[in-house]
Amino acid sequence: MGHYVPILILAALATVFAVFSIIAGALAGPKRWNRAKLESYECGIEPTRQPAGIRFPVKYYLTAMLFIIFDIEIIFLYPWAVYFDKLGVFGLVEMVTFIATVLVAYVYVWRRGGLEWD
Amino acid sequence: MTGSVAAITHTIAAPSIEWSLLSPLVLVFAAATVGVLVEAFAPRDLRRALHIAISLGGLAGAFVLTIVVAHSHIFAGGKPGVVAAVGAVAVDKPTLFIQGTILVLAFVSVLLIAESSHDAFAAQAAAVPGSAAEREGLLAGLTHTEVYPLTLFSVGGMLLFPAANDLLTMFIALEVLSLPLYLLCGLARRRRLLSQEAAMKYFLLGAFSSAFFLFGVAMLYGYSGSVQLAAIATAAQSGVGSATLLYAGIALLGIGLLFKIGAIPFANWKPDVYQGSPTPVTALMASCTLVSAFGALLRVFYVAFGQLTWDWRPVMWGVAILTMLVGSIVAITQTDVKRLLAYSSIAQAGYVLTGVIAANTAGLSGSMFYLAAYGIATIGAFAIVTLVRDQTGEAAHLSSWAGLGKRSPLVAGLFALFLITFAGIPLTSGFTSKFAVFRAAIQGGALPLVIIGVISSAILAFPYVRVIVLMFFSDPAPDGPVVVRPSGFTSAAVAVGAAATLVLGIIPQPLLNIANHAASHLFVR
Repeated sequence: MGHYVPILILAALATVFAVFSIIAGALAGPKRWNRAKLESYECGIEPTRQPAGIRFPVKYYLTAMLFIIFDIEIIFLYPWAVYFDKLGVFGLVEMVTFIATVLVAYVYVWRRGGLEWD
Repeated sequence: MTGSVAAITHTIAAPSIEWSLLSPLVLVFAAATVGVLVEAFAPRDLRRALHIAISLGGLAGAFVLTIVVAHSHIFAGGKPGVVAAVGAVAVDKPTLFIQGTILVLAFVSVLLIAESSHDAFAAQAAAVPGSAAEREGLLAGLTHTEVYPLTLFSVGGMLLFPAANDLLTMFIALEVLSLPLYLLCGLARRRRLLSQEAAMKYFLLGAFSSAFFLFGVAMLYGYSGSVQLAAIATAAQSGVGSATLLYAGIALLGIGLLFKIGAIPFANWKPDVYQGSPTPVTALMASCTLVSAFGALLRVFYVAFGQLTWDWRPVMWGVAILTMLVGSIVAITQTDVKRLLAYSSIAQAGYVLTGVIAANTAGLSGSMFYLAAYGIATIGAFAIVTLVRDQTGEAAHLSSWAGLGKRSPLVAGLFALFLITFAGIPLTSGFTSKFAVFRAAIQGGALPLVIIGVISSAILAFPYVRVIVLMFFSDPAPDGPVVVRPSGFTSAAVAVGAAATLVLGIIPQPLLNIANHAASHLFVR
């Protein structure tokens, strides 16, 4: 158990520090509120309220996500292309398997209308 | 510089992949991929039947292949196990037992998922709950058949997770098993908001715990210069390197794994996720995911940290005690049947942890037997939950279960059987499995832990008995829930669960023998 004493001391110190900071801040800190301070923080821009219940098109998000799939496929193709002759039949079989699985994902997206913009 | 690059180009040798050893895994992933193609090309009214055939066929085939692998590669050579795919995957006796268990449990879970008389899955999960788009989907009779390939992908990850022999493979398996589950959680047909909340919580907390896992892998790599479990064990044995890195790595990796099994204090997600998810998916998580995560936990702590038992054991003691006590005490206050089963699952994870802490062959075999017996019973219990329904869907609140024993004695009796086995009453599988892990823990010198385990079981029996009393000795409400007549799928799942519970309680020896045999040499390195 001796090994755990430093960890326990650290945990106790961390707890005491956190509790102390919160209490000390609440007691000692000046409380001069104004409108800007009470607003939610949005990187300096004045926040605008979004109308509730309105849906935003997520087409760009879908396209970006699909791009990543093919992007990664290409990333794997490059090193294989460089060492194609050294990797031989094994490399070819693995790569064909890999491209076939990516193709399955592509076919799914295409058939289920993921590539249609409207 | 050019010289060294040239030297490297000559040393590239095509790695050897032992496809026959990995065939169960490959079959499950291939079935999942075919499922995606079915989703793409098959007409809508054919999809469900095709998916069911592919999923059940794939899982059954993988189970047969697991047995073939065990016979041809392990028993025939008299070896405890072999390492495949250039050391990335270990195929040994405990792994094969765990994989076989996962496949059986996944098969029964898919039976629940395939139930059609009351659809558990959303028409269109992307539609805003309560919107016109959602009503349109419901009226058109849509349902998400993507559930089947997602389940298969997840099960594939679960098969790889306990077999992973290095930490990177284990991490990839963790992600492959988790990502489809996050999605599946959000697909409930009714109480959509609760389901989406469950998916969101599981995803955020799961991603958080994956980060812990990965950070632990980095620490251990920094310590030993390798992600191979065997290399980490060798480094830890020699005692060179910074002990701080090693202990930080064990702690972070442990957090990632304990999150997946749902041990206190890393189980905050479990009640919410179990409650919000579609019940068949909850059954899948409560059985297969638990087995798989325990398999990985056992491998990491027995193989990589096997020499450091005295270092991790005290912490695990604390986690096991907390898990057993908090799980059983908080279960008393639950009023929702799925939350009650979730807290019960947390407490059960604590009992299995006592077997893990034993760190001997008896502990390993006891844990594996426990996981198999508990997994099949919990699927049965969740199957019953899908059958008791009112106007809003499943009758979640326990008060509406009052008097169920008078309306449907069979269903209430079976649910009582599952509760009794969770409580560990003799002549059920729960008793045998608790006995196995507690005996192993005593052999491993963890008597206080066993005493706390028994106290916790007694506490946990209280909420179970209360439900049984509620079902059989109170009067049913006039507008109470009805028990729907299930199709053959759910009936089969319940029957398998009940039969296994009784058989493993009365004649546990055959499965115990298999578990003992599987655990006899621990894991290979």
